[in-house]
Amino acid sequence: MSDTAWIVPTIITVISASTPLLLAALGELVTEKSGVLNLGVEGMMLIGAISAFAVGVTTGNWMLGILAGAIGGVFISLLFAVLTLNFLANQVATGLALTLFGIGLSALIGDSFVGTPFAGLPKLSIPGLSDLPLVGPLIFGHDFLIYISFVMVVAVAWFLNRSKAGLVLRAVGENHDAAHSIGYPVVAIRYMAIMFGGLMSGLAGAFLSLSYTPMWAEDMSAGRGWIALALVVFATWKPYRALLGAYIFGGVTILQLHAQGIGVDIPAQLLSMLPYLATILVMVLISLDSSKLRESAPASLGKIFHPAA
Amino acid sequence: MIRLEARGGASPIWIYATPFLAAGLTVVAGGILFALLGHPPIEGLYQFFIAPISSLYGLSELFLKATPIVLCAVGLALGFRANIWNIGAEGQLTLGAMLGGGMALAFYDVDTPFLLPLMALAGIAGGMAWASIPAWLKVRFNVNEILVSLMLTYVAVLLLSALVHGPWKDPDGYNFPESRLFHDAALLPVVWDSTRMHVGVLLTLAAVVAAWVILSRTLIGFQVKVVGLAPMAAGYAGFSRKKIIWFVLLVSGGLAGLAGMFEVAGPIGQLTPVISPGYGFTAIIVAFLGRLHPVGILFAGLLVALSYLGGEFVQIEMGMPEAVTGVFQGMLLFFLLASDVLIRYRLRLRSPLEGHSR
Repeated sequence: MSDTAWIVPTIITVISASTPLLLAALGELVTEKSGVLNLGVEGMMLIGAISAFAVGVTTGNWMLGILAGAIGGVFISLLFAVLTLNFLANQVATGLALTLFGIGLSALIGDSFVGTPFAGLPKLSIPGLSDLPLVGPLIFGHDFLIYISFVMVVAVAWFLNRSKAGLVLRAVGENHDAAHSIGYPVVAIRYMAIMFGGLMSGLAGAFLSLSYTPMWAEDMSAGRGWIALALVVFATWKPYRALLGAYIFGGVTILQLHAQGIGVDIPAQLLSMLPYLATILVMVLISLDSSKLRESAPASLGKIFHPAA
Repeated sequence: MIRLEARGGASPIWIYATPFLAAGLTVVAGGILFALLGHPPIEGLYQFFIAPISSLYGLSELFLKATPIVLCAVGLALGFRANIWNIGAEGQLTLGAMLGGGMALAFYDVDTPFLLPLMALAGIAGGMAWASIPAWLKVRFNVNEILVSLMLTYVAVLLLSALVHGPWKDPDGYNFPESRLFHDAALLPVVWDSTRMHVGVLLTLAAVVAAWVILSRTLIGFQVKVVGLAPMAAGYAGFSRKKIIWFVLLVSGGLAGLAGMFEVAGPIGQLTPVISPGYGFTAIIVAFLGRLHPVGILFAGLLVALSYLGGEFVQIEMGMPEAVTGVFQGMLLFFLLASDVLIRYRLRLRSPLEGHSR
């Protein structure tokens, strides 16, 4: 550790730790922009993780695994959509239910996969480029989902700010009654937004079980879904700030692992608290400017939509 | 095409009927789940719902299991009524177990009848202290209590783990991450011979009655309900929202802390890294299933406690994963939330004539 050789591997681990947070936060960001608060991110992540792992291991094909993670996330998010959009259930309660159900169902499906090894995702390797010093491992040495996470930041930002569909989605999130009276299909748009949230949480879960720690363990998301929810608030519903937030949190996670690694004389458990304490701190900091928070939050967030027919 | 038509108000019948409807649907879906897992459904349902309570000992275990869940749920329901979403009961329970159990270790081998009350007070204080963090942050900075209370759950579990892996580890325990076994004066007395049912079960019943009285007969209980149902009206009436936030979070934290102390001074009998298999989260389901009413919560708590025992039974008798419990609990809450639509809306078949009214 005398020279700077540790810097590149450290940055690479920060990228790995940040990616699941970023993927899930981007999904939830779009969902919330449409006016829907889905607290089930943790549950959707776990369903994504076990779907991806089960399919990845049984087929031996990581691409099918990632696909399964995404599909699993979408399927479970549909449960939330039906309950909140068709049955007009309270979004907070339904989100909690989704998380509890996701924890249980993933543990049930995953029961026979505990202890099964998985090779992990292949890293991109471009002859020549990947061998460049510094730039090679930093830019060309990652797996597919990490690149996807960056592409999605740009895509989501473009969609929300530059596309017509994104404008409509934001309108639905700001005032669903007005959007309805202009003739926009509020429920259909929210279905899409919730499914996109499920897809991204599913991918985040797939990254956890296929790449970050290539195995299945009960409850393996360990609160990352909740941290992603906090990140959306931290980001004041802006994709590029979600990227920043995810990397700050990833950094805190890795800082804590490294402190343990070089033998800082603090019990490991106390260091492991850091990401959770950092989340609370961030929530406090962001709440200090409550007027700004209020104007950036989608105005219809969490409200039930029932058109007076 | 089915259409939802708003009722004038909440339907008094469906408020009480939907928990039963949800329970019934869960049984049906559970049978399907067993069939999907390749087990005979009737046999599975029997092992899950009937076999665990077909003996007196089984019943005593049911009451024992329901105790921490009901205690947590009664407190959470108070908050949910006021629209305060404490979902960190699991962490508050853990802190209560830690401080309550810590007293047992601090006064190890001291034989005094004052020890148990001291442990109970320490447990309550621990839960309250943990809940006071989201309360203070909410009142002072308007920080979302859902995320704070949840994050603190992870912190609490890690804190307890650090203690039982370190300073509180049993010196004669072969390096297992567990505290000493509590001595007799630190264990709750058993109230039903040859079972594990302890005095905490009766105290929980008392807490249910007390919560009922508070909600229906006291000013603060009335204020809690008004703040939740009509925040504007509560403001005009001069009710302090901050006071309500502190009240519901301290009460729910204290009850969860007491539940944690009951667990360590009862069935567990020592401090271990993990005190609760998610009772604090299950309590959320129980609070809703019990219609946020203390007496409803008592019965809902018994039903959900049965899902824990049932999970153990299907594991032992039929070799199914114990995770079946979590799936049943999740389904129960989903069905409840779905059928609750009937409280405020009636289903109407859309006639062809109405179809183009817009």
